[in-house]
Amino acid sequence: MSNQIIGGPGLFSRRDDSVAKGEPLLTVENVSLRFGGVRAISDVSFDIRKGEVRAIIGPNGAGKTSMLNVINGFYHPQEGRISFRGQTRRRMRPSHAAAQGISRTFQNVALFKGMSTLDNIMAGRTLHMKRGFFWQLWRHGPALDEEIRHRRVVEEIIDFLEIEAVRKTPVGKLPYGLQKRVELGRALAMEPDLLLLDEPMAGMNLEEKEDMCRFILDVNNAFGVTIALIEHDMGVVMDLSDRVVVLEYGRKIADGAPDEVKASQAVIDAYLGVAH
Amino acid sequence: MLYRETGQFKTSYKADMAVFPIRQDRIGLAVILLLAFVATPLFGSAFLLSAVMIPLLVFALAALGLNLLTGYTGQLSLGTAGFMGVGAYACYKLTTFFPEVNLIVWILASGFFSAAVGVLFGLPSLRIKGFYLAVATLAAQFFLQWCFIRIPWLYNNNVSGAIEAPVRTLFGMPITGPHATPELRYLVVLSIVALLTWIASNLVHGRVGRSWMAVRDMDIAAELMGIRLLPTKLLAFAVSSFYCGVAGALMVFLWYGSAEPEVFSISQSFLILFMVIIGGLGSLIGSFFGAALIYGLPIVLKSLFPMLGLSVGAATIEHITFMVVGAMIIGFLIVEPHGLASIWRTIKQKLRVWPFPY
Ligand SMILES: Nc1ncnc2c1ncn2[C@@H]1O[C@H](COP(=O)(O)OP(=O)(O)O)[C@@H](O)[C@H]1O
Ligand SMILES: [Mg+2]
Repeated sequence: MSNQIIGGPGLFSRRDDSVAKGEPLLTVENVSLRFGGVRAISDVSFDIRKGEVRAIIGPNGAGKTSMLNVINGFYHPQEGRISFRGQTRRRMRPSHAAAQGISRTFQNVALFKGMSTLDNIMAGRTLHMKRGFFWQLWRHGPALDEEIRHRRVVEEIIDFLEIEAVRKTPVGKLPYGLQKRVELGRALAMEPDLLLLDEPMAGMNLEEKEDMCRFILDVNNAFGVTIALIEHDMGVVMDLSDRVVVLEYGRKIADGAPDEVKASQAVIDAYLGVAH
Repeated sequence: MLYRETGQFKTSYKADMAVFPIRQDRIGLAVILLLAFVATPLFGSAFLLSAVMIPLLVFALAALGLNLLTGYTGQLSLGTAGFMGVGAYACYKLTTFFPEVNLIVWILASGFFSAAVGVLFGLPSLRIKGFYLAVATLAAQFFLQWCFIRIPWLYNNNVSGAIEAPVRTLFGMPITGPHATPELRYLVVLSIVALLTWIASNLVHGRVGRSWMAVRDMDIAAELMGIRLLPTKLLAFAVSSFYCGVAGALMVFLWYGSAEPEVFSISQSFLILFMVIIGGLGSLIGSFFGAALIYGLPIVLKSLFPMLGLSVGAATIEHITFMVVGAMIIGFLIVEPHGLASIWRTIKQKLRVWPFPY
């Protein structure tokens, strides 16, 4: 996907199909991550299959965010291996993960505050833009054509997420719920194969949550994007996900279909008395 | 004519993505360009051209350069004057080595020398940020100024230790030296500044500008979009220093006529930083506002007091300028970090919806 050229057919028109649906897209094997004395992740293994919504749940501090950070190269685990699309690696820069087709949103919104909605989502297209610096000096001809092609894709995303009205608003001025939506748009603009969502519904009201659920399902169904989702709301997790992995104190305590996991004694114990 | 976008429907993304999507803005720009390129040289006095317009344009260019680095990319630099000096000395060496090549070629070429030096001193920006980076650029400032004093080769071993612009011509007319007319010098400076401003505008409105701002606003998320931090920052250092270098060369060759190393001292760096802060971080037009305000204020004060029948000494005017500028910087940093440019935007926004309050 990294050298895909946007012709006109639009978003996700050319997908990478090197991994068949239902086969493992990402495999995490025996990963351990320590910060000094703190063991954030201990010997965790699981996989994410192409086309599924994979939930990662667990109490606060369980290591969920750290796991996403490991997957997209912000943290380098001391032990273990990660394979994406069959390629195994131990260390990888975040920009390299991005080029491989992994994008994400953050638990605390990490938008480009001084830029408009449009520019934020356009920034998500950076990897797909090929015209070099010397074309950019002269913003006519090829550089502008490229810019217009990508603007079309971005407008598709804006329509899809129903944020037309705030297209030109600096994102710093948007309410929190909309910011989360723009952040999803920016991640989508990369046309990822794997989308990591870190608590996309935290701090939202019911209506906003319902919208967000709908978007996530659409992204998964209509665009065929594989999703890893961290979420505290068990109702949402049950509705959205195909499989769930449960972490507690950095260890994996359960892994399976939502109802199986819900019935597991270890999970019930872990969640007893834990506010979330 | 009302300032409105009503009725101006954009039928294509191309039109919507134009730098000036509103027709009145485009007309305004055309009027300003006409005034600047035609009316000012025709009707402006020699004083206006040499002592007001040329300096203002030179400062605006330097401020614009710093703004690309600090305002757009978020990398604070105190080395501006040093980079300007690199441009000035490079241009001096080039034109004395190769006098037959047109000076304007060398003025633009000297920008590449300061770009290279800028990249060198931008290397630490991968590891250090904010205040610490500012200290690193401060080191660049002092090191470069030291070079301008201690390396006689740079000023061709002149006993004065200064560089002096030799006479150079354009289309047979002198553009430097005592016989160069203010009109011609002004037009050369204006053309270069207009060209570079247009290029800067192209850059900041496209992929490059978005990458810079992404690095400024949230570097970890930028990295995740596939924006590599070091190359992006170094490009900002290069482009910024290029602009500062050209500004430095223009300053010596088309404004001062000669220069000593003190011209490129730390206080000049601060002056340009103040222009950027007052004009507006992350705004091209703000760089012009900032330069106009800081350079223009003492000139206005100097003519204002006699008009009011007060006789005020030059030193007092200087002090008043310091006080006003100082107060404005504090004020802007506290209430409006985007400077005059943001006030300008607010006025335009109000005009757009006038007479309704929303
Ligand atoms: N950069 C870091 N430095 C030190 N400790 C960290 C860092 N990131 C996470 N941790 C620690 O790792 C553990 C897991 O954190 P996190 O992954 O954020 O949990 P979750 O997202 O499940 O709430 C916590 O104990 C946290 O304090
Ligand atoms: Mg977390």
